Amino acid sequence: MAEPAIELVGIDKRFGAVHANRDIHMRVEKGTIHGIIGENGAGKSTLMSILYGFYQADSGEIRINGQATRIADPNAAIALGIGMVHQHFMLVEKFTVLENVMLGVEGAPLLKNGISKARAELKRLEREYQLDVDPDALIEELPVGLQQRVEILKALYRGAEILVLDEPTGVLTPPEADHLFRILEQLKSQGKTIVLITHKLREIMAVTDNVSVMRQGAVVATRKTEETTVEELAELMVGRRVLLRVQKGEAKPGDIKLSVENLTVRDSRGVVMVDDASFTVRAGEIVGIAGVAGNGQSQLIETIAGIRAAVSGRVLLDGQIIDITGAADPGELRDRGLAHVPEDRHHMGLVLAFEEYENSILGYHDDPLYLNGPFLDLEAIKADARKKIEKYDIRPGDPRLKTANFSGGNQQKIVLAREMERDPGVLIIGQPTRGVDVGAIEFIHKRIIEMRDAGKAVLLVSVELDEIRSLSDRILVMFAGRIVGERDSDADEGELGLLMAGVEHKEAAE
Amino acid sequence: MDPFTTVLQLFDSTIRLSAPLLLACLAGLYSERAGIFDIGLEGKMLAGAFAAGAVATWFGSAYLALLAAVLVSVALGLVHGFASITHRGNQIVSGVAINFIAAGTTVILGQAWFSQGGRTPSLPNAARFNPINLPGAEAMRGVPVVGPLYYELISGHSVLVYLAFLLVPFTWWVLYRTRFGLRLRAVGENPAAVDTAGISVPWLRYRAVICCGVLCGIAGAYLATAQGAGFVKDMTAGKGYIALAALIFAKWRPVQAMFACLLFGFLDAVGIRMQGHPVPLIGEVPVQFMQALPYILTVVLLAGFIGKAIPPKAGGVAYVKER
Repeated sequence: MAEPAIELVGIDKRFGAVHANRDIHMRVEKGTIHGIIGENGAGKSTLMSILYGFYQADSGEIRINGQATRIADPNAAIALGIGMVHQHFMLVEKFTVLENVMLGVEGAPLLKNGISKARAELKRLEREYQLDVDPDALIEELPVGLQQRVEILKALYRGAEILVLDEPTGVLTPPEADHLFRILEQLKSQGKTIVLITHKLREIMAVTDNVSVMRQGAVVATRKTEETTVEELAELMVGRRVLLRVQKGEAKPGDIKLSVENLTVRDSRGVVMVDDASFTVRAGEIVGIAGVAGNGQSQLIETIAGIRAAVSGRVLLDGQIIDITGAADPGELRDRGLAHVPEDRHHMGLVLAFEEYENSILGYHDDPLYLNGPFLDLEAIKADARKKIEKYDIRPGDPRLKTANFSGGNQQKIVLAREMERDPGVLIIGQPTRGVDVGAIEFIHKRIIEMRDAGKAVLLVSVELDEIRSLSDRILVMFAGRIVGERDSDADEGELGLLMAGVEHKEAAE
Repeated sequence: MDPFTTVLQLFDSTIRLSAPLLLACLAGLYSERAGIFDIGLEGKMLAGAFAAGAVATWFGSAYLALLAAVLVSVALGLVHGFASITHRGNQIVSGVAINFIAAGTTVILGQAWFSQGGRTPSLPNAARFNPINLPGAEAMRGVPVVGPLYYELISGHSVLVYLAFLLVPFTWWVLYRTRFGLRLRAVGENPAAVDTAGISVPWLRYRAVICCGVLCGIAGAYLATAQGAGFVKDMTAGKGYIALAALIFAKWRPVQAMFACLLFGFLDAVGIRMQGHPVPLIGEVPVQFMQALPYILTVVLLAGFIGKAIPPKAGGVAYVKER
């Protein structure tokens, strides 16, 4: 057998008390796509940072194409033909595609010759790998899918033979992710070696040849992808059996709790984001809104939650009109029994610099429960936070810890605990499991079903079609601001996909 | 005096008064484009002016004075760099500290060395940068319109004025046509991109801070040995801050920076000219109002007329490698 492209022998790395990588052994064969899967904090990114020369391993050896090497900094990694596509793009937004690709490998001190050479080389790469992108476009004006393509081109431009992608689909819509996978297949067929880091099982199954599973800093297993299953990988990742499919009984829909009538919303530029949407949510059912990100789902739930103004239409909560002119007080809506788990927990759901207990009552701090006269009753708040920590298995279980130090899944649980424990009549949830580990996803899904079974009306928005299908009792599909279809929870995935792409919508218009 | 000559003289002093602003503004541009905010332009200029005044007094050489100003200013720039790049300190605090150090130290040393109340002795012309007449200026003087324009406006400035204005296209060229400029702009927008491209962020930012120091030093030397004849206590009089305002005006671009500095220089020139000259209908305008005008203009223009001035994205933020 040929030498492996990458061989890691006994890599070990500690950050203070944290043992980030423990005695890692791994072989990545040439010309394959090798997946590394593991929960957040399992040490995947640290391992790749060591490979890319960002950190030095405490012990162990890296062999590239059979040669033992020392990778002192990213320059050394680049020289060895290792290219990295980071989770957060390393692009200068104000620069053109060409300038970004050149940065660091400009050639001579004067740019003149370098630019024309880079332009020619970029053209060649785009042709060879079918990675079309306008070299003179500004990065900030490109959609994320194309920005990622620029990252890949950057690596190829530097002569990368081994391409490491760190959570590449985190920012992509499903079609963009599929497109990325086709690009990876293409790169593989041209002999490149690809390492794909992810925590999404689906992606591993879709595109990799081999997969290594990491847990708590160690590689716990390596499998050929075709010889393993999603269930086995999930179990290896979490260290216990995980239910991937949500268990739920029949819904028992009751009275209409939330009713949306002919709602139209424009954004600040005047573009129609929600177009004449009408639907209802009953007590004891979960209504899921499926759609590719950016088709008006965010604006829809923000309007219902009272933080965005509508142009026309009505929203009724328990038969009472909600003010949707933009003057509504979200606090008043909360008092009326409407809870909202925003899509973006970092920007809207939490104050990351706060301690956990402070976030656990955010928005409810006027509640007499947490007050002692005009002052906050810190002891009561902390006791309440501890109860929630216990019930939602939030880890680490310390209410005094800064929220930024919790993992994504635990941060999401803090938000969910806060909103669900208010016992609301209507619960609006946006992207409940974005950036959340498999183990936590299972927990969150269970809690959402429990809310339904307790007779709450749940409106769920997610760009993960699987999630919508497994949780919802009814599915609404949004495309270009319109609700283009309603289906049962057992609807065919392909049919929903077409609706999400606006296919039937177009036909209907003709 | 005919109106044409009056206007010419007004523009002439505009150029003279703009030059130090322009030098400081370009200095700030190098630093801030690299992501290091520098409120210490004022202090570096002041320290540079003092060094120039002192060295010119001792050695009688304007060029030695210039060199001393640059060295002192770069040294202060490196202090700012050490605090904000190496130790990731707050850039505003470090800059303000430099202003205070410069304001205090110059007066104390001035008093200790020269005993003239914190100023340096008046410099003879031999120890200053004197106006130079460009070739053909005298000969062309008689030609209508073009002649006076060339003689009054273009010719007859010190070499540092010409340097300041030549630095505008040079800075543009450095920023947009050289590798250093590309990296400088990149590090001010996204240092992580620079780091992952295998370029040292600290070294790049230190070089930017050094460029800034050099230009502030030249500005200081101009004040003490070209515009004035020696160092006077607090002689920068807020020019460093005006330069920062001009930089924001110009949205951190060199050519626009020149126009912004010319505008502020013009206001200054008008202010000086109007002292003691009552304006019809209004009467005599207080000097303080004229001095405040650049600041008022900054506020008004920034409030809406020039659109949004977006600073370099990574400006003011120390770069910490992510784990």
